[in-house]
Amino acid sequence: MARVYGLLAEFATPEELLAAARRARDAGYRQMDAYTPFPIEGLAEVIGFRRTWLPLLVLVGAIVGCLSGYLLQYWTSVVDYPLNIGGRPPHSWPAFVVVTFELTILFAALSAVLGMLALNGLPMPYHPLFNVPRFALATRDRFFLCLEATDPQFDHEETRRFLERAQPRQVSEVAY
Amino acid sequence: MAYESRKPVVEVAAAPLVVESGYTPRSVNEKISSLVLTYPTSRGWIVGFGLSFLMVLLLLYAIVYLLAVGVGIWGVNQPVGWGFAIINFVWWIGIGHAGTLISAILLLLRQEWRTSINRFAEAMTLFAVACAGIFPLIHLGRPWFFYWLLPYPNVMGMWPQFRSPLVWDVFAVFTYATVSLLFWYVGLIPDLATLRDRSQNRIGRVIYGILAMGWRGSARHWYRYQTAYLLLAGLATPLVVSVHTVVSFDFAVGIIPGWHATIFPPYFVAGAIFAGFAMVLLIAIPLRKFYDLADFITLRHLDNMAKVLLATGLVVAYGYMMETFMAWYGGNPYEQYALIVNRMTGPYAPLYWGLILCNVVVPQILWSRRARAHVPLLFGVALIVSVGMWLERFLIVVVSLHRDFLPSSWGMYYPTVWDWATFIGTLGLFVSLLFLFVRFLPMISIFEMQELVSEEERGGHRRATSAVSPAPEAAQVSG
Repeated sequence: MARVYGLLAEFATPEELLAAARRARDAGYRQMDAYTPFPIEGLAEVIGFRRTWLPLLVLVGAIVGCLSGYLLQYWTSVVDYPLNIGGRPPHSWPAFVVVTFELTILFAALSAVLGMLALNGLPMPYHPLFNVPRFALATRDRFFLCLEATDPQFDHEETRRFLERAQPRQVSEVAY
Repeated sequence: MAYESRKPVVEVAAAPLVVESGYTPRSVNEKISSLVLTYPTSRGWIVGFGLSFLMVLLLLYAIVYLLAVGVGIWGVNQPVGWGFAIINFVWWIGIGHAGTLISAILLLLRQEWRTSINRFAEAMTLFAVACAGIFPLIHLGRPWFFYWLLPYPNVMGMWPQFRSPLVWDVFAVFTYATVSLLFWYVGLIPDLATLRDRSQNRIGRVIYGILAMGWRGSARHWYRYQTAYLLLAGLATPLVVSVHTVVSFDFAVGIIPGWHATIFPPYFVAGAIFAGFAMVLLIAIPLRKFYDLADFITLRHLDNMAKVLLATGLVVAYGYMMETFMAWYGGNPYEQYALIVNRMTGPYAPLYWGLILCNVVVPQILWSRRARAHVPLLFGVALIVSVGMWLERFLIVVVSLHRDFLPSSWGMYYPTVWDWATFIGTLGLFVSLLFLFVRFLPMISIFEMQELVSEEERGGHRRATSAVSPAPEAAQVSG
């Protein structure tokens, strides 16, 4: 038999998908993912995804932005190119607040977006799921559950029967 | 269809809804994405885009002539060195603020009515910032050295002067433009995937496919996506108040009567949101009419935006009042002369009274509920407010400068045809970009609307099943 990525079950409503995912988890499946046109509350938890490093990454980005903004101004205005502006001391920190703040926001926002994309593994032009024609509906109004072949419990026939018990609209095989 | 049988049960709310009832996630998806995917392009779009593009050509002409000849083609001279360029910069950048307010602050405040207006309001922000950014650059005199504003190691051994508000402004505007773009693009990714999957032709599939970056709606991805979106909203929120604050520092740090006032930052921010919501109304009203979106951009949205307009208008009115009061109470003769005598009775007095009429008097009509529900009237008020906010910037820039401390250095500022050409050109650029946006990208966030409708639908289901029978649910599945 050809190697497969997994089995994909299609549901018409978020509730059916949630119920099926919960049942799969209770049955011992771990390698799975769900695909929906809009975010479904609680779905990530059901498929076993609980936390993301993203907020920490954004915090690091903010700190780096803040420090680099301040140090840039300190070094240029105090060390490398001191200028007498209205008799103020070279290290006139209140004047440095604005640029420090702006760079904090800029670096944090960039880390939020780039971090989200990187953790999600995007951009990813090819994915086996796109081989399933009906998967195009995952961005419209259908809700999919994929039990992946890497799961130790995955068995082609057994898993298909298991998915069909949840009464999906269709179960399709995801080829590589 | 299922919803038709359910309609009488749901029809109870008296106030206008955020979305008209009777939509399912599927119909929302189809309605919004088909605005982009329908061919051929309507004649109205081609004519509208063509006209605004002519204005873009005017802008290009004005800029090329400026580069060839220099800023002498403008009306600026001593004592008014900041003319249309700075007026228009402040006006445009202020307009952008409403988009960020809608997309960030209203998201954090869980105002679900923002959902159907946030996408095009964010686009408006980007385009307004693009128009704004042109002005300080071409105002530099030698615009080809614009990169001298940025801190980079160079052979001259020099660095920007970080105690200058003009340098702060570079950072503020650059950060604002970047974060707005990121916010807008992140919001678009799932919708671009929808367009990729629905597009009928290969070019569309390839282009939307590249832009969607392989989005497949995985639950893990959605989780990180929502985290990132919320964090971005939190990061953009301080930007709403900081950008125009920094712009106001450009003035307030200078010791010119009429500029040197501590009320400037909050008064500029309120003015920015005031002007921005006026522009959102000016865009929303034609969109809902010509694209038949009254079901999504309902009277509720217009009513809410009118209320924001009224509230921020009152803050702006307070700013005008305090400026005048402080000038009088402070006892400084130059301040008193500049802010009271010269503004109210000087050569530019008609503009001052026009400003009071546009920004203070006219918006008071929005206290009336009937006025807020009258769409053409709202459009008119928004137009008047936009003009009023432009006059405000004219007064701040020109009237404060044109009479220096010594009468020997008094003068008048008159815009030349090139000033007008550049300004009208940026209006054209703004409108052209909006035309392109509504043609090629979903102007309302598809996935957020689907989420909203799905939640309401489930609420509706509960009511329907308890009141009548589970029949609608069965019909729904076959739909």
